[in-house]
Amino acid sequence: MIQAINEALDGEMQRDKKLILFGEDVEISLFGDTKGLVDKYGTDRIRNTPISETVMSGMAVGAAAAGFNVVCHMMFGNFMYTGFDSIANQASKLRYMTAGQISLPIVYMSVFGGGRSAAAQHSDAMHPLFMNLGGLKVVTPSSPMDAAGLLRASIRDPNPVIYLQAAGRGGELGEVPDEEFIVELGKAAVLRNGEDLTIVAIGAMVRPALRSVDFQKTEGVSIELIDPRTLVPLDKEMIFKSVRKTGRLIIVDEARDTCSAASHIAALCAEECFSALKAPIKRVTVNDIAIPYSPPLEKNVLPNEKRINNTVSEILKFA
Amino acid sequence: MADTNFSNDQMLKLYESMLRIRKVEEQLAKDSKEGNIPGAVHLYIGQEAVAVGVCSQLNDKDWIASTHRGHGHFLAKGGETRLLMAEVYGRDTGICRGRGGSMHVADFSKGIIGANGIVGGGISITTGAGLASKLTNDGSVAVAFFGDGAANQGVLAEALNISTLWQLPVIFVCENNGFSEFSPTNTVTAGNIVDRAKPYGTACETVDGNDVIAVWQCAERAKLRASRGDGPTLIEAHTYRQRGHVEAEASFLSKNYRDSQEIEGWVSKDPITLFEKRIVDAGQAKIEDLQVISRAMEAEVNEAVEFAEKSPYPDPGGNEQQYMFT
Ligand SMILES: Cc1ncc(C[n+]2csc(CCOP(=O)(O)OP(=O)(O)O)c2C)c(N)n1
Repeated sequence: MIQAINEALDGEMQRDKKLILFGEDVEISLFGDTKGLVDKYGTDRIRNTPISETVMSGMAVGAAAAGFNVVCHMMFGNFMYTGFDSIANQASKLRYMTAGQISLPIVYMSVFGGGRSAAAQHSDAMHPLFMNLGGLKVVTPSSPMDAAGLLRASIRDPNPVIYLQAAGRGGELGEVPDEEFIVELGKAAVLRNGEDLTIVAIGAMVRPALRSVDFQKTEGVSIELIDPRTLVPLDKEMIFKSVRKTGRLIIVDEARDTCSAASHIAALCAEECFSALKAPIKRVTVNDIAIPYSPPLEKNVLPNEKRINNTVSEILKFA
Repeated sequence: MADTNFSNDQMLKLYESMLRIRKVEEQLAKDSKEGNIPGAVHLYIGQEAVAVGVCSQLNDKDWIASTHRGHGHFLAKGGETRLLMAEVYGRDTGICRGRGGSMHVADFSKGIIGANGIVGGGISITTGAGLASKLTNDGSVAVAFFGDGAANQGVLAEALNISTLWQLPVIFVCENNGFSEFSPTNTVTAGNIVDRAKPYGTACETVDGNDVIAVWQCAERAKLRASRGDGPTLIEAHTYRQRGHVEAEASFLSKNYRDSQEIEGWVSKDPITLFEKRIVDAGQAKIEDLQVISRAMEAEVNEAVEFAEKSPYPDPGGNEQQYMFT
C-alpha cells in the first residue's frame, strides 16, 4: 500500500509541476510514502517543515489560493487536530465565503486509526469530524489499488481533500496499479455480491469485514460488502441499491460511535430505504472512549471479525 | 563545570536519580528489542541531567508536564519505577492502569501532569497549572519540559506572552537534544530558541544540559524568580539524544540521519559518566560507593520488571466507559 502511494505521488509530481508537498520529516519519510521524492524533485517541492501544524495547514491554504497544488503531510491523524483551525475555519470555507473566487487544490494526508498500542493520541479515526465540515472531501482507501487511484484523483481534485490512510495497513499487499489508474471520488466498490445482508465497511475495517463475509458464506449467509472508498462525496445510490435488495444493513466503522460515519450512513438508509428494511440497521463502531494502550483493552474496543459475526447473527434473528 | 558546595549526600542523591532513569531506560531498550512491550518507546538516555537537575528543585506540590520522551521526568519527580514499568508493559498495575502507556505516564499525586503524545501539548497545560499556583499562592511552580522541536509550535509564543504578562510562576525547560525526530535542529529551527523569550521580556538562560549541577543551579534561580512573583523563565538546556528518536527506528528508516562519530562525541560527554568522575575527583565518594548505588538501581529495575511481568493485563470485560467521565 505504501509503495502504491509512493508511486502515485511520484507520478503526480512528475505530471504536475505546480505540485508541492511538505510536512514533518517527509524528506527521510517515516512511513515510506514520500521516500526518495526529495532526491528527485528537490527541496523547493518536497520539504521538511518544523513541528508547526498550525502554520502548515494554513500555509497549504495560502499556497493553494496563490496557484499551487499542495499536499500537506500531517503524519498521524491526531496531529490534524493540532492544525485543525486552518482546516476547519479556512480550507473548508474560503471558497464559499468568497463566492467561488478561488479553488483550493489541497490534499491533507495522514494515517489514521488504531491497532498498534499507540495509545489515545495516535490512534483516532477522526473522519467524521471532517465529514461534518461540509467543504472537505474525505477519502479512506482500503487497498493498494485504491490508495493509488484515489490519491491521484485527490491530487487532481480542485478542492481540499482529507486523505486518510489506514494505519497498520501500510504493508498490505495487493495488485499494484498501472501509472494512470484513477479511482473517481464518490464511487463505492462492491467487494462481494450477496443477497441476504449488506455490510458497508470503511478503511481498515474492510479487512475484518471481508473475513466475516467469507466466513458467513460457508454458513450459508450471502452478504454484499461495500467499501464506500470516499465518505464525501458518498456513493449513496450504490448503498441504497444494495440495501433495497438485501433489506438488511450493518456498517463497520473505526470511528467512535456518536456521530460516526456509520451513524450518518444508517440515518440515510433509514430515511431512503425504510420500506425495504427487514431488520434494524446495526453499527459496529468504537465505544465513545479514548483508545487504550494495553493490547487486550484496545483489541476489545476496535471492531473485529467476531463482533461483525455476532452482529450478523443478531440481525438475522429478525424474520 | 558549575561550582558546587553540595554535601556528599546531595551529590549521591542526584547520582542515584540519574542512574535510576538510565537503568530503567536500558531495560526498556532491551524490552523493546525483544518485543516484551506492546508500544513504541522514546528513550531519554543522555538527557538525564536535565530532568534530575530541575526536578531536584521541586516537591510534590510543584507541577511538571512532560513529553513523548517522558520516563526520565516521571522518575526524577518521584514517580515509582515499578508503576512506570507496569504501565509500559500495559498492565493493570501500571500508574495509568494500562490505559496510557509510555507516552502518557502521569502521577498527579506527585505533581506529574504527565508525558504527552502531542508535541508541545504540555506547554499550555503547564501555563494553566502555573495560573493555579499563582491563584493558590502556595509558593508552588509549574515546569514544562519540551524539546527543541516543540519550540516551533506556536503555542510556545502564546505561553511566553501570557505567562509573562500575568507573571505566572512557570519554568519553560527546552531540552535541545539536537534533533526534531530525524531532522537536525538547525534545519527546522531559526535563530536560538532561548532568544524567543526576549521580545516578551521573559527571563531566560541557557545551560549545559549534561551538567546536572549547572542545571540544578539554573532551575534554582528560575524557581526563585517564579515564587517571588517575578514570572516565568525560559531555559534552553543543551544536551544530546544518544539513542534513536524511537527505539527500532532503524527498521523503518531508509537512511542514516547522523553519523556515529557525532554520537560517540556526545557519549564521551555523557552526563552520568561526567558526574561520576566529578564526585570521585572531589573525594565525595569512592567508586565502590557508586557501584553500590548502581547495583541498588539494577535491583530496583529487576524488581520492577518482575512486578510488571507478574501483573495481570487490564480486564477488557469491565466497564469500558470507566474513567471517561467523573
Ligand atoms: C503535534 C505533533 N506533531 C508531530 C508529532 C510527531 N513527533 C513525535 S516526537 C517528534 C519530534 C519531537 O522533537 P523534540 O520536540 O525536539 O523532542 P525530542 O524527540 O527531540 O525529545 C515529532 C515530530 C507529534 N507527536 N505531535
